[in-house]
Amino acid sequence: MNVARRLPELLAPAVLVLATALLGFELSSYLQAYFLDTLVKVAIVIALYVFIGNSGVLSFGTISFVALGAWTAGVLTVPQSQKKITMPGLSHFLLTHNVGNVASLALAAAAGAVFALAVGLPLMRLSGLAAGIATFAVLGITYNVLTYDQSIGPGLNAFSSVPQTTGMWQAAVGGLICVAVAYAYQRTRFGRMLRATREDHAAAAAAGISTYRQRLLAFTLSGALAGFAGGIYVHLLPLQVGGLYLDLTFITLAMLVVGGSGSLLGAVVGTLALNGIYSFFSAATNTVDVLGWHLTVPSGTAEIVLGVLMAVVLILRPAGITGGREFSLPRRRRPVVDLEKARVTT
Amino acid sequence: MILAFLNLSWPVFADALALGGIYALMAVGIGLVFGVLRLVNFAYGQLMMAGAFALAYGDQWGLPNWLSILFCFGVVLALSVLLDHLVFRPLRTHSPAVMLVATFAVAFVLQNIALIAWGSFGKTAGSLAVLQAPWDIHGVEIRKIAIIAIVTAAGCLVLLQLLLTRTPVGLHMRAASMDFRTARMLGVRANRVIGGAVLISGLLAGVAAVMLSVEQPQITSTFALSDTVYVLMGVVLGGLNRPIPATLGGFSIGFAFGLLGGVLPSNQSQYLPSFIFAAVIVVLLVRPNGLFTRGGAAVERV
Repeated sequence: MNVARRLPELLAPAVLVLATALLGFELSSYLQAYFLDTLVKVAIVIALYVFIGNSGVLSFGTISFVALGAWTAGVLTVPQSQKKITMPGLSHFLLTHNVGNVASLALAAAAGAVFALAVGLPLMRLSGLAAGIATFAVLGITYNVLTYDQSIGPGLNAFSSVPQTTGMWQAAVGGLICVAVAYAYQRTRFGRMLRATREDHAAAAAAGISTYRQRLLAFTLSGALAGFAGGIYVHLLPLQVGGLYLDLTFITLAMLVVGGSGSLLGAVVGTLALNGIYSFFSAATNTVDVLGWHLTVPSGTAEIVLGVLMAVVLILRPAGITGGREFSLPRRRRPVVDLEKARVTT
Repeated sequence: MILAFLNLSWPVFADALALGGIYALMAVGIGLVFGVLRLVNFAYGQLMMAGAFALAYGDQWGLPNWLSILFCFGVVLALSVLLDHLVFRPLRTHSPAVMLVATFAVAFVLQNIALIAWGSFGKTAGSLAVLQAPWDIHGVEIRKIAIIAIVTAAGCLVLLQLLLTRTPVGLHMRAASMDFRTARMLGVRANRVIGGAVLISGLLAGVAAVMLSVEQPQITSTFALSDTVYVLMGVVLGGLNRPIPATLGGFSIGFAFGLLGGVLPSNQSQYLPSFIFAAVIVVLLVRPNGLFTRGGAAVERV
């Protein structure tokens, strides 16, 4: 009974991801690109959600794990013949080692997890504003090193000639894996303990929950998912991994906030909704037809719309579209027989 | 002699001091608003960007310098008051982290509006370019803007300190930043204090924008963006709660950037941000209240 009632919580986001992929299959390759992008964003936003949503602590660090995952998967799959040409400064180890598609994704996830663990060990003691600033600093360092260090990658250039193995299937499976992992985590006792610290830090501590440990676990898991998402991303299009910085941080954070950072459904719904809007306005920079109207907007409009939406949602509905709730089927309410009894139970 | 030992020249030293001064002004501007609103204004750089574009228009219209600087101040002030009413006040009761995210959104909106309006190449603010020319002081050539920036920053900071310590408005502001609720109970007008802080912060943004635009006359939508990030780091480094530690933090970051950027070869100085960020992380871990603050850490109350 309980399982049957809980099932929609997992199925709703999973079905949304699948529907996106199936819709993408049916469309022209021009539009497919937007759906692929959306699926990758779903994976990234879920990675954000696993930490921010469950812990209630602001983190800007997730995109640096995405960047690291993208770098790992990218640098290990560029064909060796191409490496010498596109990345002349590459160190010997990276020059001579290559792995396949699946292995590169697994390694990307591992790299994200290890980095998140290493960063989280000292930083998870912080919370609130300090956590936000410190994780921002981590993001800044990752950006700085990946942009300038020619011995580990292409620096300011994009990762060209990474095998583009992320099609609709890989993106969809990736998104589903993220949904499943995030859901499984929040149903375990660890996820529940972390959510308890989010709701009432003192009460959770009094019940014997170590906030530090639970946050560290979620941060590491979030890092693994982010690294994995980065791996999928780099296999989708030539990416300049250093460029995964403020823009992507802003866009993904907006998606999580607008959807509702308190629930997995919120993360998925927010991504689908905002990336839909974002893609529409990005496409509209080269004119789209809306009901017979030719609409052309200057580039940058998409970001403005997203920013305004995000600010409006923060002011009017801070818990996001979903209000931080998971999906559940409407239930028939039992009639209240005894008023006194009802008061005791609620 | 110490300068010679560090392989430094006076011009580099003066430039570093100047950058430190500009960053210190920005730090105070951010710190003041944080004090009364608990709001870390990520959009501060975009205020400066708006001011710098105003300067560029002043240049284009052939306005005299004093008038275009005045125009710049007007634009920055109007924009900060507008943001305060539209975004920051409605969010006043939310947690600092939520407000930080909101200013992040505001920053992106403003930046992209500028991108749409003026393209990726932006506009040029060249009317103050004469200040790039050096003054000869005992055989040492130091750029005029460096000296002007140092003097202006010092002047602004002294004035601000006088305002905060010697006037009723300043007293109210300091009281509000120590304990907003108690201050209100004792008769401090919340809106007036917040409005005052926003105005002063906007004025400082205007001053910083004018000086930074001399250093970077090509005004684009990303004007002052990275500077704001560094200043935010500096403010946290110094101590976000109090104006003087925040100023010192901002100054140190600017000074370090200017000095190391001038001394190190470019293949090392390009990693300078990483070292600064790493330093910020270490400080946050060791002294969460900031380097230049005294007293024990605030205990979390239930």
